[in-house]
Amino acid sequence: MANSMARSFLQVAATEEVAPPLRVVQIEGLVVLKIIKHCKEFSPALVTGQLLGLDVGSVLEVTNCFPFPIRDEDEEIEAEGANYQLEMMRCLREVNVDNNTVGWYQSTLFGSFQTVELIETFMNYQENIRRCVCIIYDPSRSNQGVLALKALKLSDSFMELYRNNNFTGEKLREKNLSWVDIFEEIPIKVSNSALISAFMTELEPDTPVAQCDYERLQLSTQPYLERNMEFLIECMDDLSMEQQKFQFYYRNLSRQQSQQQAWLQKRRAENMARKAAGEEPLPEEDPSNPVFKPIPEPSRLDSFLITNQVSNYCNQINGVAGQSFSRLYLMKALHES
Amino acid sequence: MASGQTVLQFSQSSTNLTAKVHPLVIFNICDCFVRRPDQSERVIGTLLGSVLPDGNVDIRNSYAVPHNESSDQVALDIDYHHNMLLSHQKVNPKEVIVGWFSTGFGVTGGSALIHDFYSREVTNPIHLIVDTGFTNGAAAIKAFVSVGLSLGDQQLAAQFQEIPLDLRMVEAERVGFDILKTPMVDKLPSDLEGMEASMERLLALIDDVYKYVDDVVEGHVAPDNSIGRFIADTVASIPKLPPQAFDKLVNDSLQDQLLLLYLSSITRTQLTLAEKLNTAAQIL
Repeated sequence: MANSMARSFLQVAATEEVAPPLRVVQIEGLVVLKIIKHCKEFSPALVTGQLLGLDVGSVLEVTNCFPFPIRDEDEEIEAEGANYQLEMMRCLREVNVDNNTVGWYQSTLFGSFQTVELIETFMNYQENIRRCVCIIYDPSRSNQGVLALKALKLSDSFMELYRNNNFTGEKLREKNLSWVDIFEEIPIKVSNSALISAFMTELEPDTPVAQCDYERLQLSTQPYLERNMEFLIECMDDLSMEQQKFQFYYRNLSRQQSQQQAWLQKRRAENMARKAAGEEPLPEEDPSNPVFKPIPEPSRLDSFLITNQVSNYCNQINGVAGQSFSRLYLMKALHES
Repeated sequence: MASGQTVLQFSQSSTNLTAKVHPLVIFNICDCFVRRPDQSERVIGTLLGSVLPDGNVDIRNSYAVPHNESSDQVALDIDYHHNMLLSHQKVNPKEVIVGWFSTGFGVTGGSALIHDFYSREVTNPIHLIVDTGFTNGAAAIKAFVSVGLSLGDQQLAAQFQEIPLDLRMVEAERVGFDILKTPMVDKLPSDLEGMEASMERLLALIDDVYKYVDDVVEGHVAPDNSIGRFIADTVASIPKLPPQAFDKLVNDSLQDQLLLLYLSSITRTQLTLAEKLNTAAQIL
């Protein structure tokens, strides 16, 4: 076992240049429980933590994690947070835990995680580690018997654009990047050591019903859907604000262009007159004229992120509504029989 | 007890408490055991949690502490223990030391020494033993507290007394045992797949009840009143509604859901359109 591990490390080191794409995130059951415990205890506050593990070929193994204290804006405390992180890693290494950061986890409410902050954190991590992943857990969804765990990464083409901070329409079209291409979801595998699996099988005989079944069959989804709709409406408002920004920009742009045309025509007519009078023509461009100052194009990043959120809410509504349909029909059948 | 006589007795305080174990603790202990250093037989570590108002102990977190063990003495890395405790308390100040854990079978001589150490950290610590070796062919997890054996006022010795342990893992049930039991799960269940599994289980349960009732009616099985009462209670818990009212209820909810679905589809269409328009709009 150890031997094959060592070899695979060597292989990874040897093939570093090729870097096979990340296909699967393999999480230990321990990590799943740790994340859930941390996120749930502090819900509805949003919390984060660090993931530790190994990067083996196209699989990213997450074998342990530890939580971060709730962050403060204070700088002094921030430095303390960094100390905490180092201390924790050192301590965990002493008990032979994989001492290699592979990303971070964070909790979210109703799946509203697509923010600029997330992208910034991701870029920070990406600078230090070649391959990292962000695991998102939604405690609000788990009340319905769903294990709302997601592994995300930013797509390569998006990262390149973000590094150059270039979100004009032209660039985006060149790269053929749309809002669906910002985040990539990576399939999650859950693994447990044989020991744990033995313990769980021994301690928990196959029960016909478990807690998650109760929660899944809960008829009331109204509050959840309501909140979801509220968020959706908010997002739509934001989106239309962004759209207005663009309309404004295009209107200004076309006004400027017509002004430029008018100026050019005037200048040409003037030049014709000067030519007729035998004078030197004036240059056809005048950088000092405010008419030629380019108007900055608003970044499309915000509207992309909002679009992502909107579609996320839509997906959630679809999922929950689908579940409620089955529940309602089940109830109907029960009642009739 | 009769006055004037010296009586050999166990102090009876705190023997009726129970401990509740979060599944994370078991997972962590197993993981630590798998990652234990070479040559060491067992891992020991600290248990964190809280003491509930009724005196019962809720064990919610744990971490391993490196140690050295020879035949008659145990050296615990106390610095490590304190550092780790500080780190954990930064995250969650509510979790305090409630005891310590060890892997292996039963209590060994060194255990008393470690227990002494933890007694100085917290009053009446709990000692949790997880038998990772499956010594008796079963996964034994036991919790002990120390009970003083005294002769009159004089402390003679301490004894480990087993206390009841609550291993109902509601938290783990929430996640679903399917993914925690098997060594490898390829895919997390989605909304609808989970729903399907739940419904299948519900149907199986209903079938079981039907079969039982039929068997009793036909006389294959001796009737059991308590089971009968449970079934009657379950049936009675379905509210009795007039059919019209029920239909209305179901249809209303159905329509609500349909409306939501419709809205979300419209939104999506709108998104796709906006996307196309936004990238297409370019003034040349």
